Amino acid sequence: MQRIGVFVCWCGSNIAGTVDVQAVSEALKLEPGVVFSTNYQYMCSQAGQQIIKDAIKEHKLTGIVVCSCSPRMHEATFRKTAAAAGLNPYMVEIANIREQCSWVHKDVPTGTEKAIILGKAAVAKVNLNAPLTPGESPVTKRALVIGGGIAGIQTALDIADAGFPVDIVEKKPTIGGKMAQLDKTFPTLDCAACILTPKMVDVAQNEKIRIFSYSEVEEVKGFVGNFDVKIKKKARYVNEDVCTGCGACTEKCPQKKVPNEFNLGMDNRRAIYIPFAQAVPKVATIDPNYCTMLKTGKCGVCSKVCTAGAIDYKQQDQIIEEKYGAIVVATGFNPISMDKFEEYAYSQSKDVITSLEFERLTNAAGPTAGKLLRPSDLEHPHTIVFVQCVGSRCENCAEKGKEYCSKICCMYTAKHAMLVRDKYPDTEVYVFYIDVRTPGKNFDEFYRRAVEEYGVHYIKGMVGKVTPEGNKLKVQASDLIMNKQVHIDADLVVLAAAIEPDKSARPLATMLTASMDTNDFFTEAHPKLRPVESPTAGVFLSGACQGPKDIPETVSQAGAAASKVIGLLAKDKLTGNPCIASPNEQMCNGCSSCERVCPYGAITYVDKEFRMPDRTTLMRRVAQVNPAVCQGCGACTVACPSGAMDLRGFASAQIIAEVDAICK
Amino acid sequence: MQKITREVLIEKAASLLNEGVVSAVYGWKKGEFVYDVTPALFTTTEELEKEFVWGDFCGANFSKYLVASTRKIEGKILVFLKPCDTYSFNQLLTEHRFDREKVYAVGIPCEGMADVSKVKAAAGEGIIAIESTEEGLAVTTLYNDAPVVVPYAEALAERCINCKSKKHVAYDELIGEEGDVLESGRFDQVAELEAMTPDERFAFWQNELSKCIRCNACRDVCPACTCEKCVFNNPVSGAETKAPMGTFEEKMFHIIRAFHVAGRCTDCGECSRVCPQDIPLHLLNRKFIKDINTHYGEYQAGAEVGSRAPLVNYTTEDVEPCDVFERGDKNA
Repeated sequence: MQRIGVFVCWCGSNIAGTVDVQAVSEALKLEPGVVFSTNYQYMCSQAGQQIIKDAIKEHKLTGIVVCSCSPRMHEATFRKTAAAAGLNPYMVEIANIREQCSWVHKDVPTGTEKAIILGKAAVAKVNLNAPLTPGESPVTKRALVIGGGIAGIQTALDIADAGFPVDIVEKKPTIGGKMAQLDKTFPTLDCAACILTPKMVDVAQNEKIRIFSYSEVEEVKGFVGNFDVKIKKKARYVNEDVCTGCGACTEKCPQKKVPNEFNLGMDNRRAIYIPFAQAVPKVATIDPNYCTMLKTGKCGVCSKVCTAGAIDYKQQDQIIEEKYGAIVVATGFNPISMDKFEEYAYSQSKDVITSLEFERLTNAAGPTAGKLLRPSDLEHPHTIVFVQCVGSRCENCAEKGKEYCSKICCMYTAKHAMLVRDKYPDTEVYVFYIDVRTPGKNFDEFYRRAVEEYGVHYIKGMVGKVTPEGNKLKVQASDLIMNKQVHIDADLVVLAAAIEPDKSARPLATMLTASMDTNDFFTEAHPKLRPVESPTAGVFLSGACQGPKDIPETVSQAGAAASKVIGLLAKDKLTGNPCIASPNEQMCNGCSSCERVCPYGAITYVDKEFRMPDRTTLMRRVAQVNPAVCQGCGACTVACPSGAMDLRGFASAQIIAEVDAICK
Repeated sequence: MQKITREVLIEKAASLLNEGVVSAVYGWKKGEFVYDVTPALFTTTEELEKEFVWGDFCGANFSKYLVASTRKIEGKILVFLKPCDTYSFNQLLTEHRFDREKVYAVGIPCEGMADVSKVKAAAGEGIIAIESTEEGLAVTTLYNDAPVVVPYAEALAERCINCKSKKHVAYDELIGEEGDVLESGRFDQVAELEAMTPDERFAFWQNELSKCIRCNACRDVCPACTCEKCVFNNPVSGAETKAPMGTFEEKMFHIIRAFHVAGRCTDCGECSRVCPQDIPLHLLNRKFIKDINTHYGEYQAGAEVGSRAPLVNYTTEDVEPCDVFERGDKNA
């Protein structure tokens, strides 16, 4: 029989406000195995922990139950407390009477009753607990960064700076991401390429960093400190090591009609291409969907003009296997599709464009060489209407857009409006908005400048309809402050499209067993206190994959993620979790169900000799769990048809005891 | 009426025994009554000649017997497998339950087996002889003077009316011609149950399951129930029971068993065949199979060795739990 101590925490008034803590400690005193029960204002404080330590020694406790906040908050604290008093830390159970009780109940009798029930469940479990000892596992001192935008670049540079090797996997032919497509950056208006490309070059030149461009993560196995990753290097039909990036092939390729994705399809590129002048790695890539040689076997112009002999039409996808200690997700964002926003006539008129397309139209390397011209007739637009929140903050239109604020649109729209007025003072600029949100250093000043110095017309209200008529766009909108309808004949309409996580994020989250929210943004281990860690150990988050972010925020988060990775890689060994699966060999059928569901590949089989009741021996196939690889997820215990597999610390018997205690 | 004869099977078994290819043969043997055919292990040609039977009551599926017998018997065991038996055979191989090298499997054609209850219903109790004729089963009872002929269509077991496959998915040797996987109406009755209100459905199952006398025949015959230690025999499982008590059979036993075999049940129908109370137990398993097909794509357990059953597999196309909830009966 265990000797159990119960410690009920008030958490100031957080728990004591809706739970009669005295009644809880009295009631739990009567439970089987409980020899001591008390309550205190703050169990997690030094004084509270001392009460626990003293009680363990005085009452020779073999197990303790702390009725307090979520185990995610203070389980580790109380385990350390127990260990300091000589008790095995896995003899500690937390009854969560705050998040799951006091915070959700309003009246004291209900809250108290539930707190007692939760306490009873924890006592029932501790009665069946056994001391556990964790094992250790080594750390592979190499990091993987998935995504080569500004977030991935900054994270990789910072990790490499600390002396650890880093690999960047980028699915496009070049790193740089969305920032490479931008013209100027707010709030200082320095050119995006001027500040980004030096970093791209740093990445290319850094000996610690390898870039796998035009590559995707295919499979992730293993666990923190020991990930086994398969990376698919897609065939680019150009030998990367030989190509000099001279660009001769991209000038001679006869296939000229390929929409240029870097300029969002506003001009064309060749079938063999280098995305932009400062691309890293600066090597050509053949687009197999358009290359005549690859499709029909006839052409071969690029291989004739390539003096380096880099063209290889027979190149195959290549799988690279590598071990990593940590993985950083930096998969970034995309503007949402405008297909469902027909009211803005995006598909009907070439002169209705998204903000990212606008960036390309004002960029010196863009399709119009930086001159602001309408896509339809290449005339200079004299009236421009910017529409904010297209698909953002869509409270009642979740099927079309997003419920969240995309955060960056207010600032870049102010930037666009200001730049237009600066370069072309003869242009009238209107911005329709729901709210202008400009928190951030020097952000509001920036927006005020657009309004006050540059005379941009900001109108509170949404655009209802855009109708192409002749060479004009009839914009019908409401002005909520003047309480009237507004009609504007615009030459160009720019839509600030909401942003969403890249489509590759969800399958990646599945591979990493990292969790996501309903919008497919990766969730943090803690929204405030662990913002760059995923709940999955060893997986870190950088940039817009975690939520909408501007460049300054992305770069600071990238640095934070890097510091977390460095902290992990600096360790030689990691202490494991002793709550792992173990099979009862007498009951194991060797059926392989557990092996099939194990996400970590922790289960293997051996033939073992068993003595039978009739004194014969029998060779039988039974499961074995690799304790260094098992993460204690429990999938195998559920899949096991015979009930042979059980989880230490969370045994079926313990869980059933908890359920029984609750249902009694 | 079966197309192949007893003699063909005896000849095959005898030659394999005499050549030393196999050391034992699984076959059917006459039991207490003519319709009461039981599985038996034969080791000599004399035994075969004397006791081996083959006919319209040879429904027993031998696959499960191989788990225990391959461990005990030296040398190979010959097993006759009807098409539906081969699925159980493969499923057990998938689960590594016996050594394939120790088995010599002979696929035999099957025209469907008779259901004793249906024969009794048509011809009456007190059966003393049954003969397979062109017209049907000629049944002689204690109480009739001339045999009553029950047409095959009326005598056929439910699982054979809704036969899912005439194709053998595993064998070393095949007697007769290979058949095809069939389109069957085996889920029609499940759909009828699904169409009921929760109360009606509960009443249906309560009525059926309350008949259970807990003889454990369904578990003992089930080829998916091969656990080294059954949960119902294990004192530490918390579910150990051996005799009927209270409403455990009604509320728990069969449901627990259906969950245990979910995704592994090949729908061989042995559970319903052996049930002395005629409880349609196969319907529970078919509901699982139907749901798996709906939510995770068509899957037939045992169709191939080593296939990954949807319930122990993950693909990105898998249905999300919330969608299952949406599609399911929320009032159920």
